[in-house]
Order: sequence, then structure tokens, then C-alpha cells
Amino acid sequence: MLMINILGAILIAAIIYWFWLYKPKQIQTDDNAVTIVVDNGVYQPGNIKVAANKQVALTFNRKDSAPCAETVVFPALDISKSLAMGDDNKITLPALKAGEYDFHCQMQMYKGKLIAE
Amino acid sequence: MSNSKNTELNFIIEGANCGSCVAKIEKALKSVQGANNVEMNFAERTVRVEGSAGQSALIKAVENIGYGAKPMSNKSDQDALDEKAKSDDAHYKKLMRNMMLALGVGVPLMVYGLIFDMSVSTTTQRIAWFVVGIITLVVMAVSGKQFYKGAWQAFKNHAANMDTLIALGTGTAWLYSMFVVIAPSLLPEVARHVYFEASSMIIGLISLGLAFEVKARGRTSQAIKRLIGLQAKTARVVREGQEQDIDINDVQKNDHVRVRPGEKIPVDGNVLEGSSRVDESMLTGEPMPISKQADDKVVAGSINKGGTLLFEATHVGHETTLANIINMVKRAQNSKPSIGRLADVISGIFVPTVMIIAILAALAWLNFGPEPSIAYAVVALTTVLIIACPCALGLATPMSVMVGVGKAAESGILIRNGESLQTTSKITTMILDKTGTITQGAPQVTDVVTFNSADENNVMQLVASLESSSEHPLAEAIMQHAKKQNITLSKATDFDAITGKGVSGKVNGQILLFGNKALMDKYEIAVDEATEQAHRFAKEAKTPMYFACDNQLTALIAVADPIKEDSAEAIKRLQHKGIHLVMLTGDNKATAQAVAKKVGIDDFIAEVLPQDKVNEVSKRQQQGEIVGMTGDGINDAPALAKADVGFAIGTGTDVAIESADITLMRGSLHGLADAIAISSATIGNIKQNLFGAFIYNVAGIPIAAGVLYPFFGLLLNPVVAGAAMALSSLTVVTNANRLRFFKPNKS
Repeated sequence: MLMINILGAILIAAIIYWFWLYKPKQIQTDDNAVTIVVDNGVYQPGNIKVAANKQVALTFNRKDSAPCAETVVFPALDISKSLAMGDDNKITLPALKAGEYDFHCQMQMYKGKLIAE
Repeated sequence: MSNSKNTELNFIIEGANCGSCVAKIEKALKSVQGANNVEMNFAERTVRVEGSAGQSALIKAVENIGYGAKPMSNKSDQDALDEKAKSDDAHYKKLMRNMMLALGVGVPLMVYGLIFDMSVSTTTQRIAWFVVGIITLVVMAVSGKQFYKGAWQAFKNHAANMDTLIALGTGTAWLYSMFVVIAPSLLPEVARHVYFEASSMIIGLISLGLAFEVKARGRTSQAIKRLIGLQAKTARVVREGQEQDIDINDVQKNDHVRVRPGEKIPVDGNVLEGSSRVDESMLTGEPMPISKQADDKVVAGSINKGGTLLFEATHVGHETTLANIINMVKRAQNSKPSIGRLADVISGIFVPTVMIIAILAALAWLNFGPEPSIAYAVVALTTVLIIACPCALGLATPMSVMVGVGKAAESGILIRNGESLQTTSKITTMILDKTGTITQGAPQVTDVVTFNSADENNVMQLVASLESSSEHPLAEAIMQHAKKQNITLSKATDFDAITGKGVSGKVNGQILLFGNKALMDKYEIAVDEATEQAHRFAKEAKTPMYFACDNQLTALIAVADPIKEDSAEAIKRLQHKGIHLVMLTGDNKATAQAVAKKVGIDDFIAEVLPQDKVNEVSKRQQQGEIVGMTGDGINDAPALAKADVGFAIGTGTDVAIESADITLMRGSLHGLADAIAISSATIGNIKQNLFGAFIYNVAGIPIAAGVLYPFFGLLLNPVVAGAAMALSSLTVVTNANRLRFFKPNKS
């Protein structure tokens, strides 16, 4: 019984580590343009470094039919855009001040981050 | 940089295999009239054209030199909609097929389980259940493929979603059952029970729920579909004296467009010739067709009901009023009021949390549960995973906003975003500008009183002739009145405008004065016989104007800005909702009082300068009121911006859509009452949805975990959890759709 309890605790710790503590690898962009694939519940890449004070050209390629994937939201920038399925959806962001900008799908199940430096 | 009015078109070039083609293609495109900036990307075989050139003209130019050009993802709204409908339909059919297979296996198994015991003791039973287990595995692989695939892909990317929960729940049930079949001796006899039916039933029920949801979601966007459907596909333009039908995208500014009776107006424009009645109800909510003749504006999407019209295109493509409306509605439908943000935060961390709760519940059963504790633990684990539905929480807000904003658009009410919707439902004080909001905003001659047996027609002929040289707003009223009575004007000479007083001049040799009392006083003309009448006019919110002919008072003409017919009724509706109304006007106190009294407003402020309107808004805000401000959006702009919600009210399609939080396309104040009613209904609907989804999860998860078992011996069956999960998001979407039938109460 003790073994089972320890096993359960390890499982819980693994869930916390895997889903919450994990940080996606950072991607550097060339000329502030990047294509993000929306598929299988994630934005790929989801952690993107861009140059500050310069427009950012994002292309969202949505392959995921889940309802949440339909809309991408940049709360700090007040941008909300629906993404057409199986298509390249271009979003141009204004020049960003240095800082972190989260983006997510409408229910925040898919999450990504832009880091302007 | 390109002119902001210019559009950008992108094409995919076909058949360009050499670098030298680039120059040739660019040259050909540049030669098309209106193509200002042409840039070809040879590596991608794409070309970008800026300017006002039409799409088909550009394609033709490329084809003429032997290449092909295809417009690049420049899909029209209609095409995008058709495509979405098609993919939704395919998705629906696939879900239904999945559902039938899964329930086809699950239902007989469940029925068997209800009649007999699904336990494993003899070897024959083991073999039989092993076969059933394999069949179930096939069902899971075929009907539930998307769930397992989605869950695995998400897991690889450190993400968890609905698929994760379904995959884990059904997977647990199947694995445990298979374990029972293969190694029953490792388990106590009472725990040798299989749950294959749960896996099939859950997949079947959730597929069914998703299928219904796809259908219901399609209905939530009906309003925008209707708006997009208003767009004509072709236009009949007159070029070089020839009438030709061309694609709507090729219509250019200043083209002359002809519309026959029964046809849709394809682009915005100014009428050149013809007269007709035009139905703008789909855009403005104004039910009566509006008569149009030369110099009147027509807008894309309205329907020509009467005669033939020829008009000059002023706004084409994405610049038309209709395109702006569609854009705004789309944007608003994707935005979210703050009330929905809590649900977002919850659903973001929801799935891993549910997984942890499921493990804790299973551990609790194993440690403290009665025998067979392992069987109970498996049931609790599966049920918790399946019953938890982040979808209901996540769908609650966007679905209602989608329907509410669309519903409003159908009544000519354009809502900027979800936040405006929420604030509108909370307004406590509404400030109304008088001119153009409560009144029509266009002064009219209401009374003509003549003295010394002067003839009214004669008087109007003289006054109108004199005023034809004036640019004063009141002159406009006189001219309109004269036009209605078909008065022929004479030439006025020696015209002089005396600032703040009126005008003087000569018509037909007679010396004429027309203006206020100060003008009469200046020329020492006796006005005693008109004094009483003038007072009466002032009390009725009319402005009295004195007319003297050859130094003798000849007539008193009253000019007033009439109150809109339904203003009083709409104001009553607003007051009925408990909203305090304030009227502001730059007019004098007597006029203000008369208007306020007529429409039933007690709180009014007269002689307000435009900058003071802003102060009035902030003053009320400081008193803790949530202030709405309604004005025509032009000279009230600062006050509209300062208010918690700014409403721009327009007559027909003239109103500037971008100027306020909420735009009322219809001139009537009923639009304002409707806007508040729809906002309240939408926010109410969101609250119901959030409450339902929240209660469902808050109550459902602990029950599934078994908290009621020690008291009532109640533990949910995983199949019930599957049905509940399928129902929860369907309920939310259906409840949001209920809003489509909402009718603002006109009484």
C-alpha cells in the first residue's frame, strides 16, 4: 500500500513538472518574422524572441480543428483574431516595447510567449 | 509607402521558371492602370501589387504575356464562410459515424451488464471477455482515434486538453478490464469485473455531443453570415458609354454603377440620376424603405425597391459601410468581456488539476475504501477524468458574445467589443445630447404668422429669395420649406449678413429684413403685435424669426428642431429600466426646458459648451455613476470617449462607425434602449452559462470522486460521466443560441 501511495505522489509530481514547470525552448527570429504552427494543442514554436521597437510579422498556420485553436488572443495588445483552418493567417503586431507578451487561444489551453528585447 | 486608401493584392505566378521573367511580369503588371507598386518574389513565385487596380485586370495582364496568375489567399468573406460550412459538415458526419460505431458496441454491452454480471471467473468467460476487449480496442482505435492522437501530441508538447482526459479515462477503464481478463488471480474475487462498455460508451457519447456542438456553433454565427450574404457578387458599371457586368472586386472608385429594381446596391456611392426607394433594414434596422434621388447616398448591401438608379461609386471593396460593419462585428465577436476572463484562467490550468484530483481520489479509495477497493479506485479515477469538462467553461462566454453581438447587429446596433457589452448592461446614468439625438437635428419651419394682411406664400417667396444667399443653419430650414411648397425664387441684391442678428437685402425692389428681435430693434421696427406670439413660440421650443418688408413687420416665422417621433416612448423605456437620464444642449434654457418637458426628462442642462459636456460626464462619474453618453459622434467625440460607454447615434448609414463604443445605425432612440436590453440579456446569458459550467464541474468532480459514497453510497458510473460531459458543452452552446430569439421589449 505504501508503494502505491508513493507511486501516486510521484505521478502527481510528474504531472506538475511536465505540464506546469516545463519551459519551452526559446526560438530566435530573423527579421522579426515567424511562422507558428497551431497543432495538437500547442503553438510551435511557443517561446519566441523578437527585436523590440520593430513590427513583428506572425503567420499562424492552423492545423488543429479544436474550437479553442480558432482564436488567438494577445491580451496586452488587445488583439484577437480568428484563424482559418488549414491556412496561413498573417498577423502584424505593432512595434513592441521590450517585455514579455503572452498569447493564447480563447480558453487559454494553448499558450505562447513573445519576448521583445 | 503606399497610400492607405490603396489596396494590396497578392498573386501566385505560374509558369515563371527563369529570373528574367520577373522583369517581364513586373512590367506587365505596372502597365495596368492603378497599379502603383509591383514587387515580385521569384523564390516564392509570388507578386504583390499595391494600388487601386482591379484583380482580374492584373491577372489578364500576366496571362497576356504567357504566364498564369492566381490570387493568393485573398478569399472573399463568402468563400471563407462556404469553406467553413463545408469543413464543419464533414466534421459533423465523421463524428456521427464514430458515434454510431462506438454506441453500436457500447449499448449492447451495457445492456448485457445491466442484466447479467460482467464478472470474470471461468475460463470461458475469460476467453469471451478477451474477444470483447479486442473489439473494444478496435472501436477505440477507429472511433476514438482523434482523442488518443490529440492527447499524445499534446502530451509530447507538454500540453493537456480535453483529449487528454478522454484518452486517460477510457484508457484506464480498458487497461484495468484487460488486466482482469489476463490475470484475474492477482485480484480479489469481488474485484474481477470488466468495464469495456464504459470505454465504448464514453467515446460514443462524447462524439455525439461534439457533433451536436458543431451544428449549434454554426448557428451562433448566423448574423455575420447574413451580413456577408448582403454583399452583391457583381456590379453593372457604365464605362465608356457601355453597360457591363463586372466582378464586385473590380469596381473602382468613381465608376458609374446602375442598379435595377430588386437588385442589391453593390458598393457605396452618390446617386447621379433616377429615384427610388431603398431598403436599408438589414444594415440599420430601420424598417421603412428610404427614398433616394440625385445627391443622396446609397450603401452597399441595401436593396433597391423602386426605380432604376445610376450612382457614382465612392467607397469600394473593404471601404464600404457594409465591409466596415462586417469587420467590426467579427472583431467584437472574438473579443471577451472581463466577466469571462476568470473562466479562462481556470480552464488554462484545468486539465492537469483534474488529473491530480483523479489520482488523489483513486489513492483515497485504495487507502480507505471498502473492498474491492481497487475496483472502486478505478471507477473513481475514470469518472473524475471523464466528467470534468473544460469545454463548458471555455465556451460559456465566447458563444454568448457571438450570438449577442450578432443579434445587435441585426437591429442596426454595432458593438465594439465584449467589454462595451458588459459595461452597457451596468449603465446607471445616460446623458443624451439634445440636437440630433432627441431631436431630428435639422431645423424646420413650423409656423408662419403674417401681419397686416400679408399673404403667406408671398412672404415665404421673399424670405426664401433673401435667404438663398445665406449660409446660416436656419436658412437651410427656410429653403427646405420653400422647396416643399414649390416656390420660385427671385434674385436678391444688396445682401448683407449682420452677425448675431440676421440678414438684410432687396428682392423685387422691396427692402427686406429677416432675423431676431435685435435686428428689428436695430432698424427701429415696431414688433409689439408679435410679442405675445413670440413668447408662445419660445415656450414650445421654437425659435421666432421676425420678417420686415419696407420697414414694416410682415411676418413671424417659427423655426424648430422637431423632436423625433418615438423619442418620448424610448425615453420611457430607458427610465423604466431605472436609468437616470440627463439632457445636455447648447440651446437656451427655454428651448431646453420645453424639449425636456415634452419627452419627460427632469434633469437637463442648457447652454452647455462642447468642452463642458466632457466635464458633465466626469462629474457624474465621480458621483459613482456608470455613465453612458449618446450623441451624434461628431461634435460630442470627447464626451463619448470620456463616458464609460459612448453611443454614436446616426441617421441611416451616415454615422461614423469607429467613433464610439456602440454605434446606433438607426436614428431612433429605441436603438439605445434595444442596445441596453441586448447587452443585459447577453451578460445574463453569460452568467447563466458560467454558473452552469462552474456548478457542473464543482459538483460533478467531487461526486465522481466519491465524496457522496460514505453518506449515500452513491458513486457515479463512468458512462453517466460520459453522458454528462457530452451534455455540458452542448447545454452551454444551446443556451447561447437561445439569445437569438431575444426580442427587446418595445413597451
